[in-house]
Amino acid sequence: MMQKAKGKVVSVNESLVGAKTTEGSVMNGEVAYIVIEDGKRLKSEVIDVKPDDMVYLQVFEDTSWMKVGDLVEFSGLPLAVKLGPGILGSVTDGLQNPLYELAKKEWFLERGLVVEPLDTTIKWHFTPSVQKGDLATGGTVLGSVPEKLFQHKIFVPFSIQGGHTIEQIAPEGDYTVDEPIAVIKDTMGKSIELKMVFEWPVKKPMPFNERSVPVNPMPTGIRILDALFPIAYGGTACNPGPFGAGKTVLQHSLARHSQADVVIIAACGERAGEAVEVFKDFPELIDPRTGKSLMDRTYIVGNTSSMPVAAREASVYMATTVGEYYRKQGLNVLILADSTSRWAQALRETSGRKEEIPGPEAFPMYISTLISAFYDRAGIELLPDGKTGSLSIIGTVSPAGGNFDEPVTQATLLSTGAFWGLSRALSDARKYPAIDRIDSNSKYPSLLNRDEVSFLLELLRDGKTIASNIILMGEKGITDEAYIRYQKAELLDAVFLQQNSFHEVDGVTTPDRLRAMFTMVKEIIDTTVGVKGKEEIRSHFNFIRQAFLDWNYLKPDEEGFEKQKMKLVNLVKQREHVAENV
Amino acid sequence: MLQKTYENIDSIGRAILGIKAKDVHNKELAEVIYPDGQKAFAQVIALDGDQVTLQLFGGGFGVSTDCKIRFLGKPVQVGFSDDMLGRVYSGNGQPIDGGPELLSDMVRVAGPSINPVKRLIPKDMIRTGVPMIDVFNTLVRSQKIPIFAKAGEPYNRLLANIATQTDADVIIIGGVGLKYDEFHYFRQRIEEAGSKSKTIMFVHTHRDSIVEGLMVPDLALAVAEQFALQGKNVFVLLSDMTQWSDYLRQVANAQDQIPANQGYPGDLYSQLASRYEKAADIEGAGSLTILGVTTMDDVTHPVPDNTGYITEGQFYMKDGYLELFGSLSRLKQQVNDRTRPDHRSIMNAMARLLSEAEERVKAQKFGSVKDDYSLRLLDYRKTFQKELMDPFRYLELEDALDLCWDTLAQHFKKEEVGLSSKLIEEYWPEKGKFKILKEMTHE
Repeated sequence: MMQKAKGKVVSVNESLVGAKTTEGSVMNGEVAYIVIEDGKRLKSEVIDVKPDDMVYLQVFEDTSWMKVGDLVEFSGLPLAVKLGPGILGSVTDGLQNPLYELAKKEWFLERGLVVEPLDTTIKWHFTPSVQKGDLATGGTVLGSVPEKLFQHKIFVPFSIQGGHTIEQIAPEGDYTVDEPIAVIKDTMGKSIELKMVFEWPVKKPMPFNERSVPVNPMPTGIRILDALFPIAYGGTACNPGPFGAGKTVLQHSLARHSQADVVIIAACGERAGEAVEVFKDFPELIDPRTGKSLMDRTYIVGNTSSMPVAAREASVYMATTVGEYYRKQGLNVLILADSTSRWAQALRETSGRKEEIPGPEAFPMYISTLISAFYDRAGIELLPDGKTGSLSIIGTVSPAGGNFDEPVTQATLLSTGAFWGLSRALSDARKYPAIDRIDSNSKYPSLLNRDEVSFLLELLRDGKTIASNIILMGEKGITDEAYIRYQKAELLDAVFLQQNSFHEVDGVTTPDRLRAMFTMVKEIIDTTVGVKGKEEIRSHFNFIRQAFLDWNYLKPDEEGFEKQKMKLVNLVKQREHVAENV
Repeated sequence: MLQKTYENIDSIGRAILGIKAKDVHNKELAEVIYPDGQKAFAQVIALDGDQVTLQLFGGGFGVSTDCKIRFLGKPVQVGFSDDMLGRVYSGNGQPIDGGPELLSDMVRVAGPSINPVKRLIPKDMIRTGVPMIDVFNTLVRSQKIPIFAKAGEPYNRLLANIATQTDADVIIIGGVGLKYDEFHYFRQRIEEAGSKSKTIMFVHTHRDSIVEGLMVPDLALAVAEQFALQGKNVFVLLSDMTQWSDYLRQVANAQDQIPANQGYPGDLYSQLASRYEKAADIEGAGSLTILGVTTMDDVTHPVPDNTGYITEGQFYMKDGYLELFGSLSRLKQQVNDRTRPDHRSIMNAMARLLSEAEERVKAQKFGSVKDDYSLRLLDYRKTFQKELMDPFRYLELEDALDLCWDTLAQHFKKEEVGLSSKLIEEYWPEKGKFKILKEMTHE
């Protein structure tokens, strides 16, 4: 056992503090507390160990009133997250302090305040699944407790290695996370007492039991994604865009409608108001797939833009570790990291203060390695009990000036499987979601089959070419055939790719409905239009568009749904009928 | 607390001073004492062994190596009391209106942010009387939103209009890098509107040091936050945050910080965010709304770019007009479904048609626009600009909505506007029955 170090502050530069150790040994990445004049203990992390007993700390709180000579107490332990029942439905800061509990103490986020991450007063109903004498090791399931929507497995901490035997196991009953529920013994006869909660270092990826490749699309309810640029269970997506292009609305939509068991929102360095909307709205919203509150499947880590910058990194890693833990539970977990650029900027700030040699746009040289390693924590895991868990990560990127040719976007593109580029031109034209129809891509399978996807993409590309010809030569400068092709592309965009995320029905599309809509779209595209003249062609498609949009806004079980569908089909067919008679 | 005085000044820069001293706190307030006994404020910004770096509120010019530094044993604070209403203060918190200094409680400056769970979801529309705001990008209580404009656009006039035309309990003006005539203009407008007794100004003009300019938003927001905690609805105007960012760049540069983009420090985003995020509707208390100005030439410049990621939208001013495209209120969805039933629909229809018209403008340059519908779109665009985009035309929301209907009826047929039959039946004005728009007849 390493002796815990002590030290004294020698320099303070915003969140970067230099300290000299006076005793003990120091580990890179360990947590240290700086004790300031009023006795408050400010949490920090060792980020560099230098000659002459010098250590650099990044402090997770405001460093005002710190002095040279202030005491530094090292913990000997890396930054870790507490894992156990009670995480779902909660809202914490980037260091796992529950925000609602903090608010009971102070209205403002005063530094040095610490609250137990998991409620220690809740009694969980524990049912054991092992007996005295059974073999156990890290990851062995000791029993389970019901948490919100599912049975939460209680594990032997993953850090425990080698063969152990169960010496004691608690009988079925109600326990808090603080009470011991088992004692295990190693081969040397040493006993370890276990609770329902254990810690895991946030920066250390949890090892996969067995890893597999993401192949099944995860329905998001967003048509342009599910049809053209899907994400798979266990997959990763990069979602860059300039401000005002609709990132936030898209994120909220994904958080609400994605078909995941658990959704973790890492609000990293973004507006507080947006996180507030989620954690104040979600408890009121019912998840149609479970019939329970949406908040029951949600965990929010909020380190918003005005909270201490150094804790942004911690918040992203914490979200990921919690995600890995729920994946081990055999669940499909989705992490929405908004925004990874703010994390990267936090690294840039610290790197600058350390006077490291800067890379492009002053980001540290190692930024791409960190980003790749982060996304690599997503994936499919085959669990010992034969079940599968998955962790998918959708990371938003906020590129400076909306220019995707910058280090964070580029590094993210290299590390992710789907690319959803948001476009200001599309959002200016109010075409939401403003995901670029031509430049976006995904390597994951879609809810549509491959030929169907190509069929749509080809039409979109044709439409774009013809549109630029129209600007150059006017409508009169192109043939009726080309104009019809253009109108079909516009229609596809208007009724299928665009979606009103604020609308109860249109805001989310189930896989069945997506299929039905696609069939209708295909029918329209495949139908030969005999109408002559640009004005008439435009009018023909206007009628179809209006009828299609009206149909989109109706629920399948609603009165008028079938009628509207017939009206739409008739519009498509009738015109053809008329045209044949001309 | 014991106040220690040191005289070993090592270095004096434009805004930064270095001295050897012991037992100094990070962010502690200090005094520079000149040989003739005059004083100026300074603040500790970094410590390294016994080497202390201070930021000079009055700038480095005239500071000499025989000046002394006294550490005051307290952080930077600002006075707070109701008696401040109607007064004008400098960027170091001193009154500059010739009135008496006040004895008041001191409150911390640049304190921590409010716990997000104490924030309410914004829900109250602020009526400004500006059609482009009320109809198209509704302002909401607790919103933080800047005006993006080139220097020279009448943004300060719009700020003053909005501040005096709304129902704020307290108005706090933070002027950073104001020209003297701009300062004078704000004062005059506030007085003319009879709003002086609910207004406090913190003003930094070009003759003051940049560090004082840097302090202005913090002082303004600290005082505003106190009023908000007392239950007041506070409106904070910050003009101009681009100048503020420029001062930040100068000070970072003087500290040899590694620049990120265009010389701005890597923490520009965090610095701007910690100010703008003070905007909040606070549970069980009042609210703080921030309306800023960000002067710019190009929206991809680091200051507007970072600002846009922080604020809840922006009003885009160009050639004296408030533009529809580029402007955005992220909070409008919270309120514009509770104003009038046609609000959202007509807003979208007007925007869609204007976007169609913009396409024609492009095409027109190639001489390829000849059809009747396109020509009507172009006429519509002209009416829209003339009638709605003038930021200084005062219209109640309901009148502005009627004006939208008039404008549509002037140029389009009912079936061309993409609005539901129900709304058209209720609101479509027949020719000769326009409510606001002066009807044009050209047969």
